[in-house]
Amino acid sequence: MTTTPTQDAQPKTRGQRFTGAAANYIDERTSISGLVKEVGRKIFPDHWSFMLGEVALYSFIVILLSGTFLTFFFEASMVEVHYEGSYAPLKGIEMSAAMASTLDISFDIRGGLLMRQIHHWAALLFVASIGLHMLRVYFTGAFRKPREINWFIGFVLFVLAMAEGFTGYSLPDDLLSGNGLRIIDGMVKGIPVIGTWISYLLFGGEFPGVDIVSRLYILHIMLLPAIIIAAIGIHMLLLVINKHTQFAGPGRTNDNVVGSPVMPGFAAKAGGFFFIIFGVITLIASTFSINPVWVYGPYDPSPVSAGTQPDWYIGFADGALRLVPPGWETEWFGFTWSFNIIAPLVILGLFIAIVAFYPFIEAWVTGDKREHHIADRPRNAPTRTAIGAAGVTFYAVLWAAASSDLIATHFKLSIEGVIHSCQALLIFGPIIAYFITKRVCLGLQKKDREIALHGYESGRIVRLPHGEYIEVHEQLDDYELWKLVSYEDYKPLMVRPDAQGRITIGQRLRASVSRWFFEDRIAPVSQKEIEQSKDEHH
Amino acid sequence: MATKAARASRRSQPVGRRHPLATVALLLVGLLGTGGAYALFTSSATAETSASAEALVEEGGKLFAANCATCHGLDLEGTTQAPTLIGVGAAATDFQVGTGRMPLAISGPQAEQKPVQFTEEQIQALAVYVASQGPGPAIPADMYLTGEGYDVSNGAELFRINCAMCHNVAGAGGALTEGKFAPALADVTAKHAYEAMLTGPQNMPVFNDTNLTPEEKADIITYLKYLDETPSVGGFTLGSLGPVSEGLFIWIFGLGAIVAITVWLTAKSN
Repeated sequence: MTTTPTQDAQPKTRGQRFTGAAANYIDERTSISGLVKEVGRKIFPDHWSFMLGEVALYSFIVILLSGTFLTFFFEASMVEVHYEGSYAPLKGIEMSAAMASTLDISFDIRGGLLMRQIHHWAALLFVASIGLHMLRVYFTGAFRKPREINWFIGFVLFVLAMAEGFTGYSLPDDLLSGNGLRIIDGMVKGIPVIGTWISYLLFGGEFPGVDIVSRLYILHIMLLPAIIIAAIGIHMLLLVINKHTQFAGPGRTNDNVVGSPVMPGFAAKAGGFFFIIFGVITLIASTFSINPVWVYGPYDPSPVSAGTQPDWYIGFADGALRLVPPGWETEWFGFTWSFNIIAPLVILGLFIAIVAFYPFIEAWVTGDKREHHIADRPRNAPTRTAIGAAGVTFYAVLWAAASSDLIATHFKLSIEGVIHSCQALLIFGPIIAYFITKRVCLGLQKKDREIALHGYESGRIVRLPHGEYIEVHEQLDDYELWKLVSYEDYKPLMVRPDAQGRITIGQRLRASVSRWFFEDRIAPVSQKEIEQSKDEHH
Repeated sequence: MATKAARASRRSQPVGRRHPLATVALLLVGLLGTGGAYALFTSSATAETSASAEALVEEGGKLFAANCATCHGLDLEGTTQAPTLIGVGAAATDFQVGTGRMPLAISGPQAEQKPVQFTEEQIQALAVYVASQGPGPAIPADMYLTGEGYDVSNGAELFRINCAMCHNVAGAGGALTEGKFAPALADVTAKHAYEAMLTGPQNMPVFNDTNLTPEEKADIITYLKYLDETPSVGGFTLGSLGPVSEGLFIWIFGLGAIVAITVWLTAKSN
């Protein structure tokens, strides 16, 4: 511990002496000061979009707290009971103990319904904020070296969050969750050769069996949360090690981070932010109903309600199933090949794999081995932004397709029309989005370049002595100019022979992908150009 | 030449049914005739409500001829536009006319509800008339329509098994093929719900009395009434549409509010 001489000169109060002694005691036994020093000086830049990951973290904490409450009363068993609680329309009805205990939580345990609704709303917010956080990281290029691995861990967290959500959705054993499980069962059985075996293993016999709720419960409250907490730990450790990215600005370079340190400012702010998130979730949970299992009733394999959908984050998979054209099924080698299930599985698998490995793909294309700590403005990476827009469109169409029936009834359309439009959009939408986004990015870059070189239009019209009218262009100040001109410029890679004088196929492929990425580009304004234009204007 | 021709035409101006105003006169007579007849029919409907069954049949017959016969045929035999009504019974007539689905406003995937066009008495007359032309399901007895004294949990279970696949488990409605749909069931009267089960209007299947006994239908009606009258315990239901409206809500309002807060929290330094 280092103290300044001025502090030494003043007599310490009893509190200060106690704090010092206690800190010393702990440090001598744990050497924690190194960690505090490292973590406490972690700098957080101030930008709203950098707080989205925090939203995910805090909603996860809310989920843990409310979930713990629910475990006290939930009975993860499919033993048949007759409901005798206070909800009249289910009195005397046969159901599983899981469903009955969920109803008890909702109607007969003080605060139970609020906790259930907090848990469920927080779960929806958790996955949504992860999604938005990933989009932020993607579109600002914050996944580049050295953060590729952290992107991957974040991606794993996203998948785990979806798995947590789905297992939780299935636990109450109500009609909706049973229908959801039936779809999963169908998808598993659609996998050739091994599907049926996996399904019987998962459900402990023919669907629905009497085991699935207790099995999912263990996954939901033990295994998945443990992995999520571990992954969050690594994610945040890497966040400290890699440091934050920041947007370019005067004084903000690739070698520093400008913002407020964790101790004390940011920690206080973050603590407050946690309670704001908790408050927003509680406000929503206390005013808006979610998953009213008493309306759905206990699971019974025969009824399926109209408008049966999974929670939003599984919607894209449901949409993929709905968009398969009819009749995609055949028999080969004595096995049924259900391409109506295999095709969505493969397509979604590919889509997810591209998301997971995109940083590595882009690193290979650019051949860039440098570290990047400055977040890109999306327009300054037109091809990446366009790919992102195409991916978002693809996902959004699948997502919309999952609610095709509700779109049909609420917009007075025929459901076939909605499905066919979604099928067409699934293929053409991403292509259109790609080209539009790329052109918009290039256009914005051109505009930035124009403003950097010739100033912005001031709206002031001046008449010159010889009668000509001109609009006066004002130069940007240095702070604004910095934002417009400081970005990385990539050129398409050249094909070069390696040490043996050969040009490999990999290199050719890379060169062509690199050309696709960087052929259309607007070079950033150079210092020389700025000076030249100043001379012209003076 | 021109004046001569004009004079000639004036002289030879047609009279009688070739007179230029003949069309107007004919139209006037026609309109007065149909309008008067219509007024006669409708006014007589309200005037003789307390009359005997025969008078009711006659009254219904007139209403039918004026409002339904164009499509369903003067003898209920049906046309290429609409099915025969022989044997549909009073229940079907009461449902279709009583909910405003008939007379049909416009051809489409299915008859949609619109403001009811007739008075209770007129609807009754029509129902009695249609029932008189061929036996069919009758308007249900009041004892099944009270929504009280029946088994609500049995009704809920029957509803989930028989109705929820089209009407949604919370009765919020759902999509069918080719633009058809199962309507939402909130605030449907007990009588109309019963008649719908009994007669299977539009695309709905028929649940006859051996399929669902009158008591079971009454159970279902009791459950529907329970849904209508019991406020949602969890708060606003977001249309009872399940995860889709919940997902939209959390993205637009939940995450929207939180992003607004983050922008606000970081606003100063910007």
